[in-house]
Amino acid sequence: MTSSACDTASPRCSSMMEVCEASSVSLREFGCEQSLLSRPDGSSSFVQGDTSVMAGVYGPAEVKVSKEIYDRATLEVLVQPKVGLPSVRERSQEQCVRETCEASLLLSLHPRSALTLVLQVLHDDGSLLSCCLNAACMALMDAGLPMSCLFCGVTCAINTEGEIITDPTAAQEKESRALMTFAIDSTERRVMMSSTKGSFSVHELQQCIAVSQEASEKIFQFYRDSVKRRYSKTP
Amino acid sequence: MAAGFKTAEPLEYHRSFLKENCRPDGRELSESRTTTLNIGSISTADGSALVKMGNTTIICGIKAELANPTVEAPGKGYIVPNVDLPPLCSSRFRPGPPGEQAQAASQFIADVIESSEVIKTEDLCIDRGKLCWVLYCDMMCLDYDGNILDACIIALLAALKNTQLPEVTINKETCAPEVNPEKRCGLHIHKHPVGASFCVFDDSILIVDPTAEEESLSTAQLTVVTDEEGRLCSLHKPGGTSLSGEKLQECISRATARQREIQKLIDKVIHSVKTAQ
Repeated sequence: MTSSACDTASPRCSSMMEVCEASSVSLREFGCEQSLLSRPDGSSSFVQGDTSVMAGVYGPAEVKVSKEIYDRATLEVLVQPKVGLPSVRERSQEQCVRETCEASLLLSLHPRSALTLVLQVLHDDGSLLSCCLNAACMALMDAGLPMSCLFCGVTCAINTEGEIITDPTAAQEKESRALMTFAIDSTERRVMMSSTKGSFSVHELQQCIAVSQEASEKIFQFYRDSVKRRYSKTP
Repeated sequence: MAAGFKTAEPLEYHRSFLKENCRPDGRELSESRTTTLNIGSISTADGSALVKMGNTTIICGIKAELANPTVEAPGKGYIVPNVDLPPLCSSRFRPGPPGEQAQAASQFIADVIESSEVIKTEDLCIDRGKLCWVLYCDMMCLDYDGNILDACIIALLAALKNTQLPEVTINKETCAPEVNPEKRCGLHIHKHPVGASFCVFDDSILIVDPTAEEESLSTAQLTVVTDEEGRLCSLHKPGGTSLSGEKLQECISRATARQREIQKLIDKVIHSVKTAQ
């Protein structure tokens, strides 16, 4: 088991999470724990402020004949809400996470097999989709599945004054006039997934993409640090 | 020969066309299919429209019902969109409960309605806290040949513009609502959102208005929804290969052009319906 923190200055800090300040982009404190479950082939729990998602990956395993694809693995993503049964909203989130993972995973290396990614929402305090994406990426890494690139999720909200807030809380999301979630890839920092709410101008969109790309640097650095710490001899 | 090539190597077949900057159906990369629109196709619905984009056919019917507003929003009515992809429209859909694609499409349409504010839900309120309209917008696909999201948005917008709601008065003595079907008035449409969908081939080539075959061979899809003021209502890209900011800008410019075309088309059809009456 490994706990990691997004603090680069004191890597041996005992606390699980640290505040990521510095530069103009401010994200809430985030943290991650990998291989915390024993049954799945890969698992992770990702926390962004009060938003928390747990992810488990099973596979490559045997696939149902009806879902079999002859030249690549079938990926199934399940998003479980905190209360109640998955609804249409969860289906749409599942689609976004699945297609993002499909693009980064090298699925053709495991033809005729099944991968299952289960995302359990533990608490939603805004930026849920980006937290799901981050948890998914960490779990896929933990499972050791071959990937062409990593990805991370960043949510931006534009409030009524026109300011851009990265990683908003549920209250900030409610007050915002537009909300955008992007998945950024680690190789070229380009947009893999985009899901928006509310209306906004083209200029605002380009600004938000730029801010997300900047924020993604921090998250990828955190990925790197947390994995480095996990595999280093002196934890 | 060509037919065999298409069946055996569909991706290579498409690539050989894309190399020459054209597509198997004779279109250019940034060319949409012919869009035809029929308004008021279902006489029993409160509003309806039928859209054909190439082979893709979507019919939208709007049913208005009276209901009680929710406690959280007493001054608002509500709109319930639903996209149905029956087994009739393509062999890829099986009978039974709606699949992921249909559910994701319904959610996307609901998000577009909310983001664009095509209709202010306050306008659907009849008596604050007591009575409001619910608009059930059912979009059914009759023929699936790709790009259903664009077709659904056009069908929905045209059907909403066609919707005539009867006048409702509340009887002071009995407190019961009385509907006067003789006197009807149209809805107030605030914005005209129109979508433009794109497919990415081989991580770099962008094509507009993809067919079902192009969708299944592509590496990413995205839909941009803009209104008449050029504001974006949605940039929906559910994963797939990544795109740079410049490519996105290209898509947005194409989407604003498409918005103007479609709005002109809707206005023309509504005008011709009016003059025919």
